[in-house]
Amino acid sequence: MRIERDSGSAFRTLLVLVGLGVSVLLAAIFLSLLLFSRPALLKNGLRFITGTEWNPVTGNFQALAFVAGTLLTSFIALAIATALSLALAILLGHYFRTGALAAVMKTAVELLAGIPSVVYGFIGLFFLVPAVRALQLALGAPPYGVGILTASVLLAFMILPYSASIGREMISLVPADLKEAALSLGATPSEVVRKVSLPYARSGILGGVLLSLGRALGETMAVTMVVGNAHNLTLNLLSPGNTMASLIANEFSEATGEVYLASLIEIALLLFLVSTAINIVGKLIIKRTSAAVHP
Amino acid sequence: MREASLGSRLRGDKAFKAGMLALSLVATLPLAFILGFIMVRGASSINWRFLTALPAPVGEAGGGIANALVGTVLLILIGSLISIPLGVIAGIFLAERGRTRLGSVTRLAVETLMGIPSIVLGIVAYIWVVRPLKGFSAFSGGIALAMIMLPVITLTTEETLLLIPVSLREAALALGVSYPRTILRVVLPAGLSGILTGVLLAVARGVGESAPLLFTAFGNPFLSVSILKPVASLPLTIFNYATSPYPEWHALAWGASFVLLVFVLALNLVTKLVSSKWKVQF
Repeated sequence: MRIERDSGSAFRTLLVLVGLGVSVLLAAIFLSLLLFSRPALLKNGLRFITGTEWNPVTGNFQALAFVAGTLLTSFIALAIATALSLALAILLGHYFRTGALAAVMKTAVELLAGIPSVVYGFIGLFFLVPAVRALQLALGAPPYGVGILTASVLLAFMILPYSASIGREMISLVPADLKEAALSLGATPSEVVRKVSLPYARSGILGGVLLSLGRALGETMAVTMVVGNAHNLTLNLLSPGNTMASLIANEFSEATGEVYLASLIEIALLLFLVSTAINIVGKLIIKRTSAAVHP
Repeated sequence: MREASLGSRLRGDKAFKAGMLALSLVATLPLAFILGFIMVRGASSINWRFLTALPAPVGEAGGGIANALVGTVLLILIGSLISIPLGVIAGIFLAERGRTRLGSVTRLAVETLMGIPSIVLGIVAYIWVVRPLKGFSAFSGGIALAMIMLPVITLTTEETLLLIPVSLREAALALGVSYPRTILRVVLPAGLSGILTGVLLAVARGVGESAPLLFTAFGNPFLSVSILKPVASLPLTIFNYATSPYPEWHALAWGASFVLLVFVLALNLVTKLVSSKWKVQF
């Protein structure tokens, strides 16, 4: 009997230790990033996110251009992805909830999420870059092909599965009696979607969009292949730019000198903080909405 | 405000549905295109030599991806050995003690870990393993992949175990079976297919990751199975070949993409089959 009880308490201790370990792991990740970016934090100060000079030769590391590049690509991608994923969510959550078309499209969306980032990048390099180059030639812009616009479009397809699947779930959770009430009052099906379902599912859909945004901010390999990797601050969509994650991918293994490496780690710290905040807010919104529907 | 006529409202209704359908097709057709293109281009690069030879120097014909295949298997093996036991135990903890204060903190930590960009986890693995060992290694890459795989396994394990009815464990406990035995021999086997799904999903996610391997596993043109030496991986091999200016290397990259894609999609489909055929239900 004694042995059994002892193994029971040992097992419980193991469970608690591992549970604690995951929290410690997260704390350790944050503290390591903070510790190793210290030289850069001390040297750059606030200029890190206000200045635009990134120059290993002069030792100036200011990341505004990359922060701007990340925000620009992510939000353009988010705008495209939200429009497309909302359509998918409405189609699969309202119009075709069962049947062959729904099954095929649902599987397609799931598979889109499974395609590795570098394969997206390769496809983008081969098809999207020439397409954008043709557009630039038609507009009389310098024909780089690579750039902010190219990266944004590619990103849009990479992140849309996340908001599409959450949006579909949220729209299909809209109570049938609400929709039937609207129909019985003479609303057309599209009016039911726009005036009943969407307002009802609004915050859940927003949560899904935030999760997509979190993916977009940290997406690395596909972006680095098509964004152009230019170090200057640009708001021109047709010119090459760079993002925070892509900069780390390009320069981290070649970074020489303490401050250079620390500055790249500081970018990683910033990325960690921003994506964590966005993810937590997104998850909270989704949880609240689901809890309101399924008390 | 003037009321719209019924006719225009009905036309608007049709247009709305058609618009949604068109946008959905725009969203999903690229998948068909990507799959089709890689199948056609990639399959033509695949042969026995491609899978078993080492990379050839620029300009020489032939060359394969054996080093990348072995490296990816090694990395996933290291990542799995670390993340599966820890992930499953953490999942059991969340299912058993999820409502306690430590439980909710742990769940928040796992969900946060899930959302951290993989390149950031690569830097963490660099700080923790590459710096102290003074060199790139398969081990450091495996650590990075483990951190990516762990939250997937933990969350699916928790989700699965919460579906197992309390009566099952009560029956075991009432028969005098000890608590650890009840969990390990009764509850865990009942949820096995769900846990397996989580593991497969985690492997599918880890195998396609390239960003965190850039400065951990690094890459290696030769065959290596040492965990303390740099190793090649499929995604990084694709990246290097795809961004090179040589058409022969692009052909290799299409071939490697084909292999990677078939593997990832097969894992995803097997996962769907496992979770629908042996669904955990009571």
